[in-house]
Amino acid sequence: MRIELERRPRLSKFFMAASPLIAFAMTIVAGAIMFAALGKNPIEALDAIFIMPLMEVWSLHELAIKAAPLILIAVGLSICYRSNNWNIGAEGQFIMGAIFGSILPVVFYGWQPEWLLLPMLIMGMIGGALYAAVPALLKAHFNTNEILTSLMLVYIAQLFLDWLVRGPWRNPEGFNFPETRQFAPVGVLPEIFSESGRAHWGFVFALVAAVGVAFMMKYTLKGFQISVLGQSERAGRFAGFSSRGMIWFSMLFSGALAGLAGISEVSGAIGQLRPVISPGYGFTAIIVAFLGRLNPFGIVAAGLVLALTYLGGEGAQLSIGVSDKVTRVFQGLLLFFVLSCDTLILYRIRLVFSGKRAAEGDAA
Amino acid sequence: MTEPAAVPLLSIRKLTKLFGTFAACNGIDLNIMPGEIHALLGENGAGKSTLVKMLFGVLAPTSGQIVWNGKPVTIPSPGDARHIGIGMVFQHFSLFEALTVAENIALSLDDNIPLSKVADEAAKLSKAYGLPLDPSAHVADLSVGERQRIEIVRALLQNPQLIILDEPTSVLTPQEADKLFETLDKLKSEGRSVLYISHRLEEVQRICDRATVLRHGKVTGACDPRQETPASLARMMVGAEVASVERDETQELGDVLLSARNLTVPARTPFAVTLKDISFEVKAGEVLAIAGVAGNGQGELFDALSGEFPQADRNSVSIRGVAAGHLGITDRRLLGAGFVPEERHGHAAVPALTLSENLLLARNQSDRNVFLSGGALGIIRHGTLTDAAKRISETMDVRKSAEDPPAGSLSGGNLQKFIVGRELDRQPSVLIVNQPTWGVDAGAASRIRQALVDLARNGSAVVVISQDLDEIFEVASRIAVISEGKLSAPFPAGDMNREKIGLLMGGMHEKNEGAEAADAH
Repeated sequence: MRIELERRPRLSKFFMAASPLIAFAMTIVAGAIMFAALGKNPIEALDAIFIMPLMEVWSLHELAIKAAPLILIAVGLSICYRSNNWNIGAEGQFIMGAIFGSILPVVFYGWQPEWLLLPMLIMGMIGGALYAAVPALLKAHFNTNEILTSLMLVYIAQLFLDWLVRGPWRNPEGFNFPETRQFAPVGVLPEIFSESGRAHWGFVFALVAAVGVAFMMKYTLKGFQISVLGQSERAGRFAGFSSRGMIWFSMLFSGALAGLAGISEVSGAIGQLRPVISPGYGFTAIIVAFLGRLNPFGIVAAGLVLALTYLGGEGAQLSIGVSDKVTRVFQGLLLFFVLSCDTLILYRIRLVFSGKRAAEGDAA
Repeated sequence: MTEPAAVPLLSIRKLTKLFGTFAACNGIDLNIMPGEIHALLGENGAGKSTLVKMLFGVLAPTSGQIVWNGKPVTIPSPGDARHIGIGMVFQHFSLFEALTVAENIALSLDDNIPLSKVADEAAKLSKAYGLPLDPSAHVADLSVGERQRIEIVRALLQNPQLIILDEPTSVLTPQEADKLFETLDKLKSEGRSVLYISHRLEEVQRICDRATVLRHGKVTGACDPRQETPASLARMMVGAEVASVERDETQELGDVLLSARNLTVPARTPFAVTLKDISFEVKAGEVLAIAGVAGNGQGELFDALSGEFPQADRNSVSIRGVAAGHLGITDRRLLGAGFVPEERHGHAAVPALTLSENLLLARNQSDRNVFLSGGALGIIRHGTLTDAAKRISETMDVRKSAEDPPAGSLSGGNLQKFIVGRELDRQPSVLIVNQPTWGVDAGAASRIRQALVDLARNGSAVVVISQDLDEIFEVASRIAVISEGKLSAPFPAGDMNREKIGLLMGGMHEKNEGAEAADAH
């Protein structure tokens, strides 16, 4: 017996729209089964992960802090994925953005003008873009697979950061902890509503980026180029659009947004560089991008949902005593169900019982 | 002809196929007698393919009955169709290029038969039916006509009583088509029946005993095609008189607007054709038609002329006297050229995008100040675009389901009218079209051809690359033939006939040394 996927002649509009919600519901169900198997009360556990973090104002601020990098990165990735460029290395671009943006407050720590943040943010974007330029160059001129190159560069960035904070950039007054100096106050991204919680301007950047990309996709020739080249390179060539140019544009753009997310995270939430500055935002953002249907506003919603899994995972560690790996499990389940729902919308499953019949079907 | 008392080999009663609420086939009645060649005529979308797919077990009928040799049958799969004696030759072949003829045939057989035996059988059959084939040849080396023979031999190996041929001559040279007709006559003389699907009326008149005409999923006529005229058959197909293309033979020619000089383009992929030393000139007011069998470099020539793949030699192509060989498609458009590629979906248009967006696709730079604002930002003027798309749809009579539907939702003919209209709307001084009416119904085809002729009449230079000889004779002022990447010298259309074109298609360039002289009109 074989299982075959058969393309559906007609796609259901309803299920296309409902697919992320169905995937989320199935994640909850699968999560409940997992907690039951671990001997925890599933209702209590799900409450701790998905409801409790939403009940307090400070906790909503934390949600915004976690959602900001996810949304910012995913909005950039959506441009890549829509134009058929598969940047998987946003995590590395995030780290490189953080490192580049930290040059001024760490290396030139004595220099503290009022407007230090502006060059920091710009350098963060440049750092992310430069790091994304490597796979872009390799793909545009040597036809390498950007999935592999961008992914491999993530590990290089992680180890480079580790080396920096343990070596040349280590705080000389920091008791040998692997950390850089604390950023001066002028280099810290301010809070939005400082009286109620920690959420910083990174979340505003994320929303601005989402609105900006939504505008670009709907109203500008650039957005049109992105969707044409993503759907058919041949038609794009006929239109006079350059697919090589699009590789550069989409990779640099998403790299810059990932870099901005990196420097915002370091400057707003952490205040210094450490060996690990991201719980995998760059990878989770891939889930966010797809859960949000590559639509900027969908990405904002999806970013909040995934941020909730981070926050809930931390909470569940304390309140019900499960490992923080729960976060990873939920993210994995969510991606799995999103992709399976989409597959089942596009294809139907057919069981084939004997080889002979299948051969006849193929002949048709 | 058939005796009234004879039992039909195949009899279809009230066969209906619904897709949702849309009836692709609506109560179709059809009888095929033993030993007759029966034509199935109809425009694109008339329901021919649906009907044939039901006969071959690919689609299940919604209602109605299929009677085979007097007994009602159901045909759940192509295997069952072959089993009861129905063979089919599809328009698009399913052959593995890297395998030999015999291997390809063996693959299609249900039972395990030794390859040598298959080769023997195939050789025997191909000889008996006048289908010369070398069983040990690799498919990649064969011409389209030879590939079709493999499909026919494949079908014959099953010893079918009824053979269904879907648009068999659309890929053949006239000489190859003649060979095919001899084979069909032989099959007929053995008492086998043929269901012959075509939209080429002259062929149908030549070889078919009876014809059934479909329109909008219904039978609109059953006749003896030899008693009809092409015009009356066309009327049955289209439901109205098809306008013949009007031309002005006394056209004054102007300056050379497009020329190619020693255009040589190496093949980009192992399966592409190398263009060799192509030269021609097209003057204002004339239509140069380039005939040829599919796969002889038409696509490559289009790419080179459109600038989608520019050349190193700037003088290899000139547009309105400007050397343009090195320019990309956008710059060539800015020089006043327009282009219509062969493939509608994914080349000329993106199916998921709306018509107005597809208008922007071709004209985003040539009409930049009309369709875009905001300078470098490039803000799309959606309103202006929708209005322009509407104007084009009205001019070209594009029938669509909504105000601005996705291009993919239009039928082939309507989308093609839009794609051609999109270029005509900007009055290009040079228009290059590849297969303008491929897969397009007769009504739309005649409209498109008239538009091309009118464009030339108004002082533009038009190049039409086509496989359809009827089309070529309808629109061309001069005709050249492309074969294996080489272009023959152009001849005035009046001096050309089908036989001459057929010989050139076969690559008989050498024998036409005097062509240049004939060209000087």
